[in-house]
Amino acid sequence: MSEKKVVAYRRENGRVGIRNHVVILPLDDLSNAACEAVANNIKGTKAIPHAYGRLQFGEDLMLFFRTMIGIGSNPNVAAVVVIGIEPEWTQLIVDGIAKTGKPVEGFSIERTGDIGTIANASWKAKEYVQWASELKREECDLTEIRVSVKCGESDTTSGLASNPTVGNTLEKLVEMGGWCCFGETSEITGAEMICKDRAATPELGEKFMEVWNEYNDFINEFKTDDLSGSQPTKGNIRGGLTTIEEKAFGNLAKIGKKISYGEVLKPAEAPSKPGLAYMDTSSAAAEAVTLWAAAGYVAHLFPTGQGNIIGNPIEPVIKLSANPLTVSTMSEHIDYDCSAILRGEMTLEESGDNLIDMLVRTCNGRLTAQEALGHEEFVLTKLYRSA
Amino acid sequence: MIQFLVHEKADSVGVATVDIKQGEKVEGMYMDSREPLTVEATQDIPLGHKIALKAHAPKDTILKYGYDIGRVVADIKVGDHVHVHNLKTTRW
Repeated sequence: MSEKKVVAYRRENGRVGIRNHVVILPLDDLSNAACEAVANNIKGTKAIPHAYGRLQFGEDLMLFFRTMIGIGSNPNVAAVVVIGIEPEWTQLIVDGIAKTGKPVEGFSIERTGDIGTIANASWKAKEYVQWASELKREECDLTEIRVSVKCGESDTTSGLASNPTVGNTLEKLVEMGGWCCFGETSEITGAEMICKDRAATPELGEKFMEVWNEYNDFINEFKTDDLSGSQPTKGNIRGGLTTIEEKAFGNLAKIGKKISYGEVLKPAEAPSKPGLAYMDTSSAAAEAVTLWAAAGYVAHLFPTGQGNIIGNPIEPVIKLSANPLTVSTMSEHIDYDCSAILRGEMTLEESGDNLIDMLVRTCNGRLTAQEALGHEEFVLTKLYRSA
Repeated sequence: MIQFLVHEKADSVGVATVDIKQGEKVEGMYMDSREPLTVEATQDIPLGHKIALKAHAPKDTILKYGYDIGRVVADIKVGDHVHVHNLKTTRW
């Protein structure tokens, strides 16, 4: 089909990024202060503070490591300084990121203290940011841009226009040979059998159902009246959504009608082949986008009805809405207004093309609304309590 | 002017894209074929809410997106407002 091109950063391992961040990555909550100090010293670098990294164990620890290494490895990141309280896990993260071939170095605070660590790490951060500032964008294929999708604050305009717009875009990207991913395990509830049928093989469909059942059992185990009374939410109902099935089918409109998923990914797991993939994620926007950033996705399409304003520090989030009230009262948050579909003045086909144009412009360097406003919600998914 | 949209030809409801008043003859469009259709609203239907395109009796299924989105719990006439008072989930 199309051979759309973008100008982007080709990294040492051949992968393509659309941003050129030098990240100061804390291994743990204790190292946030040092990372923020380094980012304050050295302009153009970015600290990504978070709340965890201590006394995690088992599958939860594996997810934590996968997320940290994945964030550092994301092609939107040019180079990484890792700071941790102790050297061993710090080195583990450094070694994981180093496999991409990008510059990365670790610093640990024990036996040095914050002040010495900040000084040492600042020297390295300065070297990295000056090096990165001379990297050049080059022509790359749009299909090399890995794209994740998730909606938020949905209403019936999402199901009518913004979600199917994303679905149309995904069909086109997958047909070109691109890499795309959807998730939101809990919000597929009501349409899970349809989602199962959208798997490329019956085995994958069964694998999806295992993941969905496990998540659903977990919700049922811990739910109280606040959950059972909240799907659909009061806001959903006020907006005209009646049942969870209706909400779920609107959600699934994001993967279009013609394409099937060829992989079922664990949270923060990188895909192994092009096409559409499904990832097990929560439906909370910041958690889910953080998992996709960690899995190497470099651009996110985010349709919203009532106006979710989420962003991410390294994966640009492109927002679209068809709600005329949202695009007029919250215009600073919306990158693409597709409300013309509701007026019958634009087809989904045209809207999907418009969204691809916005994706290309974003790849070429246009800052998203979320980036311009500084929305950098970085939220780790925690599977259970720390020891 | 378009006042409601219908996702699929098979659907039994459309979605209001403007606030619809009782007694209005409203113009809609199928999103897949872009064919027009007209319905007379029997009730006020706010933007985003559903309007019945077919008559239904209790236990019938309502189709939207071409899929079953719930079970009818009260009689529905063409042009009625379809929402929590006459449609329930089949899940819980």
